[in-house]
Amino acid sequence: MSTIAMEPRQAAGGGVTGGPVTGGRVAAAASRIADALSDTADVAWRNLLTQLRTPQALVFAIIQPVIFVLLFRYAFGGAIHVPGTNYVDFLMPGIFAQTVAFGAVGTAVGLSGDVRTGILVRFRTLPMARIAVLAGRTAADLARNLLVIAVMIGVGFAAGFRSPHGAGALLAALGLVIAFGYAISWGFASLGLRVSDPEAAQAAAVPVLFLLVFTSAAFVPSTAMPGWLQAFGTHQPVDALVNAERALILGGPAAHDVLISLAWSGGMLVVFALLAARTYARMGR
Amino acid sequence: MSKPAIEASGLRKAFGEVQALDGLSLAVPAGTVLGLLGPNGSGKTTTVSILATSLRPDAGRATVAGLDVVTEAARVRRVIGLAGQFAAVDPNLTGRENLRLIGRLSRVGRKQARARADELLDSFGLNGAADRLVRGYSGGMRRRLDVAAALLHRPSVLFLDEPTTGLDPESRFALWDSVRDLASSGTTVLLTTQYLEEADALADQVMIISAGRAADTGTPAELKARFGTVVFHLDFGRQEAAEAAHTALASAGYRPQRHGSGIEVRSAAGSGELTGVLRVLGGRAPDPVSVAVREPTLDDVFLSLTRGGEAA
Repeated sequence: MSTIAMEPRQAAGGGVTGGPVTGGRVAAAASRIADALSDTADVAWRNLLTQLRTPQALVFAIIQPVIFVLLFRYAFGGAIHVPGTNYVDFLMPGIFAQTVAFGAVGTAVGLSGDVRTGILVRFRTLPMARIAVLAGRTAADLARNLLVIAVMIGVGFAAGFRSPHGAGALLAALGLVIAFGYAISWGFASLGLRVSDPEAAQAAAVPVLFLLVFTSAAFVPSTAMPGWLQAFGTHQPVDALVNAERALILGGPAAHDVLISLAWSGGMLVVFALLAARTYARMGR
Repeated sequence: MSKPAIEASGLRKAFGEVQALDGLSLAVPAGTVLGLLGPNGSGKTTTVSILATSLRPDAGRATVAGLDVVTEAARVRRVIGLAGQFAAVDPNLTGRENLRLIGRLSRVGRKQARARADELLDSFGLNGAADRLVRGYSGGMRRRLDVAAALLHRPSVLFLDEPTTGLDPESRFALWDSVRDLASSGTTVLLTTQYLEEADALADQVMIISAGRAADTGTPAELKARFGTVVFHLDFGRQEAAEAAHTALASAGYRPQRHGSGIEVRSAAGSGELTGVLRVLGGRAPDPVSVAVREPTLDDVFLSLTRGGEAA
């Protein structure tokens, strides 16, 4: 089998010490990382094409937050009083957080669809980097989040949002939003791998996100909630994100809130990525 | 030819309470086609999944091209291709996009992936549909694309899991031709099927599996010889008459099988044995209304194995 003979054996030159072996290992590791990145890009490209060709999901990903803007800005907004600011400036950071949180449903639904169609079985038998299946999915969902957030900025401005502390503050806040969205999408990747039915994945994902979003200060100040609910609502990542965004967008001391939100996102990313990689590796057991 | 391209010994795999594989062993010499024949739930797909590295066995060992499928899975993946009922293509990509994607993920290089994709679209007769989304393909086109996708990196070992299930005869024959071409060019093929005719048409060796174990192995000709060279089909028009004939033949040492008003008797002695069969029936059962002599199919082999019977 010539194909096998061509493969260099890693153990070759075992007796040689120092430079060459280390250099070989570094080069091999670098080439593995380059391969993994290239595989990730290929899988992400495939997922983006798939999303563009099944635009219903994309349309709903946009319509849902638009409805929330309209609902909270015009239907409920009149009854919600937030001292010291326009309600719409208070609302939009919550909308951004909600948008990417619910975007993670797409990660679960997409991966469970891949389980169901059997394309993951093929991927598992290809000499590709295993992590690319997950990294490519979350990268595509990150790209979708960017698109939906761009639309939501437009919708926000049309509804009177002005980002009082300027474009730089808004962009910094959106950076936090995207980071959070990326981290939580890894969390829902595990869920998607565990259920081979997209509808079940959606049904399992949505209540968790509802709980996180609606107990946070996304739409109303936490001070309006009873103490027991505040205790939960103010100690979770959506609330941390919304507070950090508001500190940047509405002005005020922001460093503390920004760090807390980044810590949540970083911690979630590490834990969820390890969890998802483990779930994927165990699918063949 | 010295070392088998695929070798497995004592493979076991359970899913919860269900023992899908119960000590399966097999060996496929390089460049040959093994047909793995069995009904749903007999362990065919589990076998392929383990050999193609997408599933770990609970016990037992398997090598493909001399590489261990568990400890050297990454290297096994470079020499195998898998196509079949549970290994899909993406319905939202075009045929060409699917092949290019899988080519790149098979590490054949971007340029080579493009060239191979075009080549395979051509040889599988998918040129006209190459730039259409796969969700609009017919079942036959999808299967052909599926097999093409398994061939991008020119695997030396190809696994085909029920490649023609649900296909119309024309698509099935076209796929058979592709498999024959691959086999004649030296690719080792392990093919699972529920169709006895398919194993007969394609396989050098056939292994019949049942409840996760090998029930019998041989060339199609050997199996047929072992289970008789002819089958007599006698129809009596009425069930009671067939029952009487069944009793008479059974007591004379034949192993008849009754289906409604018909009786089937296998014989290793050739069509001349019909005289003997009719002599046994003389006076003890009504005359048959029709008599047919046919060659045994793998169906006959399979039915007698799974029912525990043996040919006369």
